[in-house]
Amino acid sequence: MDGFTACPENGNQNLAGILAHSAHGRCKGDLIRQLKGIMESYSNIQGILGMPLVLNEEQRMLRDSVRDFVKDNANVDHFRKLRDQGNGQPYDADTWASLVELGISGICIPEAHGGLEFGYLAMGAVFEEFGKQLTASPLLSSAVFGASLIELAGTDTQKSKYLPAIASGELTVAVGIEEGSHHAPLYTMLPLVESDAGFILSGRKAFVMDGQSADILIVLARSSGGLGDTEGLTLLLLEKDPAGLQRDNVRMVDSRDYADLVFIDAEVSADSVLGDVGEAFDPLVLSLDRARACLAAEMLGGAQEMFDRTIAYLQERDQFGQKIGSFQALQHRAADMYTELELTRSTVMDALSALDEQRDDISQAVSTAKCRINDTSLHIANEAIQMHGGIGVTDELDIGLFFKRCHVCVNLLGNSGYHSERFAGLNGF
Amino acid sequence: MTEIDYDAFRAETRTWLEDNCPASMRTPPATDRSDNVMGGSKFDFKSEDQRVWLERMAERGWTAPEWPEQYGGGGLDPKQAKILRKEMARLNCRAPLIGHGLWMLGPALLEYGSEEQKLQHLPSIINGSVRWCQGYSEPGAGSDLASLRCKAEDKGDHYLVNGQKCWTSDGDKADWMFCLVRTDDSGPKQQGISFVLFPMDTPGVAVRPVPLLTGESHFCDTFLENVVVPKENLVGKEGEGWTIAKALLVHERNMMSSMDDTMPAPPKSLVEYAIEYVGLNENGRLRDQRLRARMVSQMMNKRALDLTQSRAFEEGMAGVLDMRMTSIFKYAGTENIKDNTALLVDVLGHSGFRWDAEEHYEETQRTAAWMNALSFTIAGGSSEVQLNVIAKRSLELPQQ
Ligand SMILES: Cc1cc2nc3c(=O)[nH]c(=O)nc-3n(C[C@H](O)[C@H](O)[C@H](O)COP(=O)(O)OP(=O)(O)OC[C@H]3O[C@@H](n4cnc5c(N)ncnc54)[C@H](O)[C@@H]3O)c2cc1C
Repeated sequence: MDGFTACPENGNQNLAGILAHSAHGRCKGDLIRQLKGIMESYSNIQGILGMPLVLNEEQRMLRDSVRDFVKDNANVDHFRKLRDQGNGQPYDADTWASLVELGISGICIPEAHGGLEFGYLAMGAVFEEFGKQLTASPLLSSAVFGASLIELAGTDTQKSKYLPAIASGELTVAVGIEEGSHHAPLYTMLPLVESDAGFILSGRKAFVMDGQSADILIVLARSSGGLGDTEGLTLLLLEKDPAGLQRDNVRMVDSRDYADLVFIDAEVSADSVLGDVGEAFDPLVLSLDRARACLAAEMLGGAQEMFDRTIAYLQERDQFGQKIGSFQALQHRAADMYTELELTRSTVMDALSALDEQRDDISQAVSTAKCRINDTSLHIANEAIQMHGGIGVTDELDIGLFFKRCHVCVNLLGNSGYHSERFAGLNGF
Repeated sequence: MTEIDYDAFRAETRTWLEDNCPASMRTPPATDRSDNVMGGSKFDFKSEDQRVWLERMAERGWTAPEWPEQYGGGGLDPKQAKILRKEMARLNCRAPLIGHGLWMLGPALLEYGSEEQKLQHLPSIINGSVRWCQGYSEPGAGSDLASLRCKAEDKGDHYLVNGQKCWTSDGDKADWMFCLVRTDDSGPKQQGISFVLFPMDTPGVAVRPVPLLTGESHFCDTFLENVVVPKENLVGKEGEGWTIAKALLVHERNMMSSMDDTMPAPPKSLVEYAIEYVGLNENGRLRDQRLRARMVSQMMNKRALDLTQSRAFEEGMAGVLDMRMTSIFKYAGTENIKDNTALLVDVLGHSGFRWDAEEHYEETQRTAAWMNALSFTIAGGSSEVQLNVIAKRSLELPQQ
């Protein structure tokens, strides 16, 4: 573990030490930077085995340290408290600051723009831990989705202005894609009308993740074409909310931050266009896939946690003079969930890995993963409640919090219908 | 330990395969099982190439790549074996040899056999000269295998075996049987079971093939009457048979979890069949919505399964594999094949239920594959039994 001694004040500290250290802000991003060094020396092994479906040692260390951190600082109890405070605070600012100190917000951002470029398998490992503890944060909308759009669509000036700020946590971004109740990026119709100063926007973006709390907004609009057209999509980056934009709070069962963005003759400057007018499709598709893969990883963590808690309950609850886990009717259903979860886990790893390796089947890998984790986590969420009996439908038990989060996530960035449709199309039927 | 140069191994393997695998052994095998090389004294090679290919591979021990060299195996480590498999797949090389000896008995002998038994039996498994069958199930002992009653009496230097075995796959074509017998019925049923080996031409052994849904007879009833089995043919200790049987079942289940590796792939993909037999509408979508949805789930499920097998391998190599996870493979793998073959006949519609190998060979093969796959979720521990195993071993759920 030589890599860790690089942080001068650390000496031979273990990972937890480093974590505590960087959490205090003295060795910003060092944890991940050092892990990365070790990783590179291993990469020759991966070559023989083909695509990695398993975390390497550094990624595992990252996962373990994030796990420890969120267990102590951003766990289910913390989430419950946030929800119960009801003061509209969607995530804990101090916790987010500590996570940023760890370098987590820079994992998917290129080194050239102040990020750590540690890859999607690593980011997936972080999200899985967030999923297990219901950790609320703007990580997905800002450091994955928003950052990716800026990286892929933005001009050099835009990249160097915003990406380092996102990596360092100074800025958070939210992205407005949907206009209806279902994920349908190509159905974007928010018209981009040219004006003297730039453009005028009138219309609505719905269910924008972290749309209340984000510092800046990215919005998908249409400069030409109609429903379903891939051409004519344009991204706008709104550094300040223009007059005529209203962010309406949207309350959802998972108690996270969502907003409807209502534009009434809102004037935005010409230089708000992210990249080129009408050219948003390609960067949008890849950015969506990156965000979907990370969301799938969060959902995997949630599903795993619901499953583990349910198995623990089967082992401990007595009825008819025996543990309920001894009933074969429940055993088979548990074994089925387990099998499904293991299979689904592989598809999520594969999607993240496809992104890291820039494979040409990213879309297929991601749609498989999102579709399967949708179905698997719904299955497990429903069984988890059923197998807990009456206590399962109380607010007191955490299972319900996972259940609600799961249902919202299933619909975020594409339900199974959407991804099945896409998968069939990619396969020519 | 000396460092193995895997890149060099890959290069050598590639060259050797290119030089030694006959061209006709790089074509897809017939979609029935007629191109499978099962070995044994009753086996007729379909071609000289088939014989030569087996001989060359066996000489290197590559019919059993990971078995030790002293018994004629390839002596490869798992990574090399994987490279060999990949290189064979790259060239479309057919498996030179398959069967119960390679899949089940060999691994069990390596773990439990005496040195004499290994030397006697492993080389003839590797070179395909002896074919084995499995005598486990009995009319009264299926899923509940431990309740088997086939009796072996101790007669000093030999056992005298009496009883009936059933579902003995290829019992009529095998040279030897590995067999579970009861040497003691005084204690709990798992105790008192022993694992013995004997030639099928031993006096008192009689087999009767049992036709399946497809009309073929893969398996037999086997009758054992006063069969003399010398004590040297006892594997492990007397009464230790259940442990060995269970270990062997693990190999059997592993093999069955990737059953489609042993089943020749259909000449066309699922999507190709669907486009041909169902057709696309004006939007380029399959005309049957329901089939289309089933195809998506099936293809995703298959992808998930393949990825999970790769993941288990990689986790094993990285030293982070949770062995409890591997118990899902028999269940998930066989259910997947069953779904897949059933989906394919549904995609073929009326043509999926043809039974006319002369006029409609390809379609009839799909029908047969579907009916055959029904048995995969029964043989080698039914799906229900697998779910029991997962619940008990992987999830450690309490037992009644
Ligand atoms: C194609 C094929 C080849 C075979 N080859 C061989 C061979 O070479 N050698 C050999 O020895 N055997 C062989 N078998 C036998 C095979 O191992 C048995 O068929 C299998 O173990 C099931 O036993 P059974 O058929 O008696 O069914 P049963 O055990 O009677 O099962 C009937 C039904 O009850 C269910 N069931 C049973 N127990 C439980 C339980 N505890 N919980 C829940 N459900 C349960 C089963 O899942 C099944 O659905 C072969 C079978 C087939 C189909």
